[in-house]
Amino acid sequence: MGAPTLAVFKLASCDGCQLTLLDCEDELLGLAGQMEITHFLEASSAVRPGPYDLTLVEGSVTTPADAERIREIRAASRHLVTIGACATAGGIQALRNFADVEEFTRTVYARPDYIDTLATSTPVSAHVDVDFELRGCPVDRRQLLEVITAYLAGRRPDIPDNSVCFECKRRGTVCVTVAHGTPCLGPVTHAGCGAICPAYGRGCYGCFGPSGSVNLPALIPVLHRDGMDDRDTERFLHTFNTAAFEEESRR
Amino acid sequence: MTHRGSRVLHVGSLSRVEGEGALHLSVHDGTVTRAQLRIYEPPRFFEAFLRGRSYAEPPDITARVCGICPVAYQLSACAAIENACGITVDPALRVLRRLLYCGEWIESQTLHIYLLHAPDFLGCDSAIELARTARGHVERGLRLKQAGNAILELLGGRAIHPVNVRIGGFHRVPTVAELRPLAGQLERALDDAWQTVEWVSGFEFPDAEVDADLFALAEPETYAIETGTPAVLRADSDTPNLFPLHTFLDRVREEHLPHSTALHATLDGRRHLTGSLARFAISGRWLSRTAVRAARAAGLGDPRAGVFSRNPYRSILVRAVEVVYAVDEALRIIRAYERPRRPYTEVPATAGTGHGATEAPRGLLYHRYVLDAEGTVTDARLVPPTAQNQGAIEDDLRRTAQRAITQSDIEDEELTRLCERAIRNHDPCISCSTHFLDLTVDRT
Ligand code: SF4
Ligand code: SF4
Repeated sequence: MGAPTLAVFKLASCDGCQLTLLDCEDELLGLAGQMEITHFLEASSAVRPGPYDLTLVEGSVTTPADAERIREIRAASRHLVTIGACATAGGIQALRNFADVEEFTRTVYARPDYIDTLATSTPVSAHVDVDFELRGCPVDRRQLLEVITAYLAGRRPDIPDNSVCFECKRRGTVCVTVAHGTPCLGPVTHAGCGAICPAYGRGCYGCFGPSGSVNLPALIPVLHRDGMDDRDTERFLHTFNTAAFEEESRR
Repeated sequence: MTHRGSRVLHVGSLSRVEGEGALHLSVHDGTVTRAQLRIYEPPRFFEAFLRGRSYAEPPDITARVCGICPVAYQLSACAAIENACGITVDPALRVLRRLLYCGEWIESQTLHIYLLHAPDFLGCDSAIELARTARGHVERGLRLKQAGNAILELLGGRAIHPVNVRIGGFHRVPTVAELRPLAGQLERALDDAWQTVEWVSGFEFPDAEVDADLFALAEPETYAIETGTPAVLRADSDTPNLFPLHTFLDRVREEHLPHSTALHATLDGRRHLTGSLARFAISGRWLSRTAVRAARAAGLGDPRAGVFSRNPYRSILVRAVEVVYAVDEALRIIRAYERPRRPYTEVPATAGTGHGATEAPRGLLYHRYVLDAEGTVTDARLVPPTAQNQGAIEDDLRRTAQRAITQSDIEDEELTRLCERAIRNHDPCISCSTHFLDLTVDRT
């Protein structure tokens, strides 16, 4: 038996999550020694057909062609892992889900008649079964490596489901909400980044999407207390993981 | 099959470029009748959903246009919004922005050199394959890239979509003690950057020339990165012409063509090229002494004497020189660093229209925002480098293919490889799909 095969695919996205893999400078060559990269267009011109042992998918489904493509990708993959907010929650482009896409198209394009797009940006899991979803916009390098090594070892990735607040505590960062009254989504946001924003003196803006045990309704009055009106709150929750937070707030 | 006759070449998905694109070539009776770089990246509607957002948000939001050059988006957005509000940011903060941008240049240009472009010159499919025979070179590239990322991580919080940029400056500025340790890593990086210049200068460069106008920012006394005035070097002239940034959209016009899925831009109705070759031509004379030496060592001649190259294959050399420059410049900034008193300049909301442009690693990136009195964005325009370059890239593609089929009975496979190379020379970043679209009907 040869080395396990790895494929990386991209749908509508910024390339940031797959770039995270190339940003693993210390591990990249080692990883390439343990796996055979058989489809990774950004990195290699050598492309081989599936089946793939592990497939990483970046980006959301926004066109009829991609809806078809993700089914083909699923069929060719033993394990399918989505990487990042786009693939896991529809990404920033899911803002269109709450707007008039035809109007969007007219705004951006001189010739909207040339455009073929879906009215929604949906996560991969809305189309096919997904074995694991890795959050973040972009994903965190350490978490990405954990996911890959876990699959190499044949176990589930160990990605805790707690909130950014836990990471603030671990990092020893003073809470920006308590100390400075800065609005922060840390209490409801999935851990993984290492609580970067509070460490840099700003509130978390939720780029990892909702954590496992969120209590969104409880946070709203705190955001109001910290100076956000309804419109600010709405924008705050509706950015990089808009569809995921929307679901949470409806619970 | 007669190779000089008629044929159609189609590459469904280009590799080693950022984002998704395809290439299409039609040859009829030995003449290339169509050469297209097709961009089928789905639309992501950034310009539409920026409307209605607060003026504080575009730096974080537009970063998500491109994971490869988020800082370019963040800083062009900041420049445009500060311009709309009539604010000039403290010089000490502007220097820190330049440092952050140097980090992105080092990371992104090194990525292109080692992982995307060099394999073309060495006849392999990827840097990973290259590492089997030349591991030391690839390791050096990864180390150099890591040094760029280290700047981004320290100053920006993380390498992709940094969190520390805001209008007016930063959320938090580092202390001298926090920044200092980067110097050691960058000194090592300067060696690596030099060796990169030596390495790539040993590659073989086919003869070629782009005849498009060259377009970059110009800022007297310095190699323009985070600020400057648009400058055009016409193909038939050797003095750049400057024009005010607020007239950008009158000069650079984007047209929506059915044959390609991206908007095509022209500058005064002519094709133009932005990016490393253009920057070197326009700002080369302001390179640091170390970078000038690197340019000479790379065989690019003396930029201080106004020498530059129009050969797209040589863009890898210019990138290598730019990496030397960016490392050198980052070191200079870190050594002179004193912590600014405030992390940001206040930018009170004002109604107005603002323009901002910076030099993304791939070329000039322009933003324009219209704000109302509360600071809500009522209109946004983003003009990324790849949209501007597409016409020039296709021209180059056509010329490359024509020459190849005129000179020999080239096989389809070889012709495909040649065309893909011609495209990768220009480092197109197809992800910057602020208004790229998916096209399923070919109407031409
Ligand atoms: S999740 Fe964020 S970083 Fe990842 S591809 Fe989408 S926009 Fe880019
Ligand atoms: S603190 Fe929040 S917004 Fe900041 S990087 Fe982490 S998850 Fe993203």
